[in-house]
Amino acid sequence: MAKADYEIPGLSQYVPVPKLEPGKMEHSSPFIAKPEHNADLGFPGELVDDWHDKAIDKMGDLLKKYRSLQVFMDICVKCGACTDKCHYMLGTADPKNMPVARQDLMRSVYRRYFTWPGKHFPKLVGARDLTRDVLDEWYSYYHQCSECRRCSVYCPYGIDTAEITMAGREILAHVGMGQKYSNEIIGKVYKIGNNLGLPGPALENTLEGLAEDIEDETGIAVAMPMDKVGSEVLLITPSADFFAEPHVDGLMGYAKVFHEAGIDWTVSSYASEAANFGLFIGNYDNMEKIAKRIRKASIDLKVRRIVHGECGHAWRVAYSFWNTLAGPFDYLDSNYPVPQHICELTYDLLQAGKIKLDPSQNDDKVLTFHDSCNVARGSRMGDKPGGQFDIPRALIKAACNNYVDMARDTINEHTFCCGGGGGLLTDDLMELRVKGAMPRMQALNEVVESDKVTHVAAICAICKTQFAKTLPYYNMGMDMIISVHHLVGDALIMSDVPEDKEEEDEDEARAQD
Amino acid sequence: MFITGIFAVGFYIATIILIVGVAMKVMRYARTPSPLVIPTTPAPTTRGGVVLRMAREVFVFESLFKGNIWTWVLGILFHYGMLIALLRHLRYFTDPVWGWVSLMQWMGIYAGFAMLAGLAGLFIRRVFVDRIRYISSPSDYLILALLFFIAFSGMMMKYVSHTDIIAVKEFIRGVMTFHWSPMPTDIPVLIHFTLVITLMIIFPISKMIHAPGMFFSPTRNMVDNPREKRHVVRWVEERSQSPDQ
Ligand code: HEM
Ligand code: SF4
Ligand code: SF4
Repeated sequence: MAKADYEIPGLSQYVPVPKLEPGKMEHSSPFIAKPEHNADLGFPGELVDDWHDKAIDKMGDLLKKYRSLQVFMDICVKCGACTDKCHYMLGTADPKNMPVARQDLMRSVYRRYFTWPGKHFPKLVGARDLTRDVLDEWYSYYHQCSECRRCSVYCPYGIDTAEITMAGREILAHVGMGQKYSNEIIGKVYKIGNNLGLPGPALENTLEGLAEDIEDETGIAVAMPMDKVGSEVLLITPSADFFAEPHVDGLMGYAKVFHEAGIDWTVSSYASEAANFGLFIGNYDNMEKIAKRIRKASIDLKVRRIVHGECGHAWRVAYSFWNTLAGPFDYLDSNYPVPQHICELTYDLLQAGKIKLDPSQNDDKVLTFHDSCNVARGSRMGDKPGGQFDIPRALIKAACNNYVDMARDTINEHTFCCGGGGGLLTDDLMELRVKGAMPRMQALNEVVESDKVTHVAAICAICKTQFAKTLPYYNMGMDMIISVHHLVGDALIMSDVPEDKEEEDEDEARAQD
Repeated sequence: MFITGIFAVGFYIATIILIVGVAMKVMRYARTPSPLVIPTTPAPTTRGGVVLRMAREVFVFESLFKGNIWTWVLGILFHYGMLIALLRHLRYFTDPVWGWVSLMQWMGIYAGFAMLAGLAGLFIRRVFVDRIRYISSPSDYLILALLFFIAFSGMMMKYVSHTDIIAVKEFIRGVMTFHWSPMPTDIPVLIHFTLVITLMIIFPISKMIHAPGMFFSPTRNMVDNPREKRHVVRWVEERSQSPDQ
């Protein structure tokens, strides 16, 4: 078991609603961005002298631009339905991690400066001045929210705390309190093209290496092209897919599917990143700028379709926002949705009989599926609401004979965040990530014990990294986490396997018997 | 007549504040755009589907049902009790009384008790559940108390002090037609009217604005069709484009 100098929550039969422990996580804050990282994104380098007025001005500006913020600030009735729904609250017991309390950090200031009762009777309605302490409190607790939207499912008015968190971070960035992790990464996208800062030539090498791996394994030369003009498909995938484990096996799975279906595809070195951290920091301009890189790449490479790899928040941005941010995509093939998720593509091919899977290839595994929050509650797959739940499950079941779901109130729209989403996947927030993972780990542990589940599949780069990191804290193996397209790739029946390779495989199989 | 004058003027002022206040809020919500498509999914893919989703939220508190069953039960008791009680009150405003309003008069006592029970339960929850106590400010308790005592004083008028209902109706009709007629002045009626005026005045500036406000909640009223239909709002179009685009 991994060690930590804070208490790791224990796992029990169910997730208990903890007794509140005020102040429990007030020490948790991510590193503040360096001046140059803020400047890259168009924000002031460090805390400005007139932060108070600037912050209030920005809040007023956002209240006029975002109906969500304006309406949500007003209509919460403090019914408390959301108070036990946040994984950070359940994992930390800090009352300020209750969604409504997180909103109240801002609502109290909103009332003080923008409403009549708050201006005249602050005590009565819980209004307060914006002080330096309040600003620091915002910085701390708006970075203890993974913008997962779970709270919004249960709120009678759909109040989405993620919207408030984004507004909070946007205000903080505008007074010079940007977050290091997210801002540095966005800067890398602008300068190099992806979150990891992996330059074009290195990317090309990596892809060649992966293609060789596939050839070693299957005997088939599967193309993994970069910047290939005139391809049918531009693949936009999180850069973690290019080399992180277990992501990379997913990428090899996509490549096999493309190959088997005869789809000519490419990645772009200019837009080699699906992730869009502009969402996390709540900044429209940066989100748009990142999305427009993908539009440009698709035009420059003269592709006809855009297909999106396994990534959660990026799929939300792609599915829900791209058309707004970077559309219209009328220059692409209208026979396919823009963008199309790799799971949709594989599922359609499977339905049409264009590819075949042999689930017995994964007989050594018992699978469950973790619904990533942004896919589950912020997007869709297929034509029907809920396709985002059914399609990945259909793929897993087609690729594997043994599948069980986790507890009903922890899957589909009720899914618990992995604990690392929303721009929190950074080492300086490790304690929060481990504690916030508890509800998900609890549900997983339950099926491990009851159904001998060996693997949990996911379709999000952040989830995959976060699981690999936090599973050991809960006495589970870090290699339990697996990409959906890793399973698909392993089960895929490749029709052009050379004969000598088939014999070789049979020999191997016989040797193992 | 002095008391009648005070209350009549009070009702005029409260009505104006209520109507103008709610209209101003609703206009602000309507004017504020939602730049991105953000329904909480799975969400309906058509307008009609969204109307149904919203109807389920308004009439059966669908999300709250998923969220917390106790709050749901208490909330339903309180809101439906209040709705029926309010509809019953139409008989004081209309002459002759509409048929369906007369037909529902018998429900009054049940509705009154449902409302009181719901409000009392919500109040107790607020005091005793540590999470809800933590998020409550004085106004949250006071609003519950206000509504409780409106219902309570109303029931006192009917079942204890037997306030002269004919006179109440004449007073209300008088206020409506600007031909004032004297109102009864027993304690329950004075309390009832004072609290109702207070409620009307604070309605637009308190959390009670959730009633019209919830219809504007983008996570509930947006259609899940972003790939099919491009959604662009004015401020986005009017921004000066950044130079590298
Ligand atoms: C469209 C009509 C309305 C709908 C759909 C609605 C819905 C709700 C819901 C779902 C809740 C949360 C559950 C609860 O605490 O009861 C709530 C709370 C509340 N509603 Fe309404 N409501 C409506 C109209 C009103 C009106 C007209 C009033 C007052 C005159 C009102 C007063 C309240 C109060 C005071 C609460 C908070 C209860 C508490 O403190 O726990 N509602 N409403
Ligand atoms: S969006 Fe998710 S992380 Fe944020 S408050 Fe809601 S439940 Fe918690
Ligand atoms: S569920 Fe919604 S209305 Fe109720 S306290 Fe939470 S945010 Fe407020």
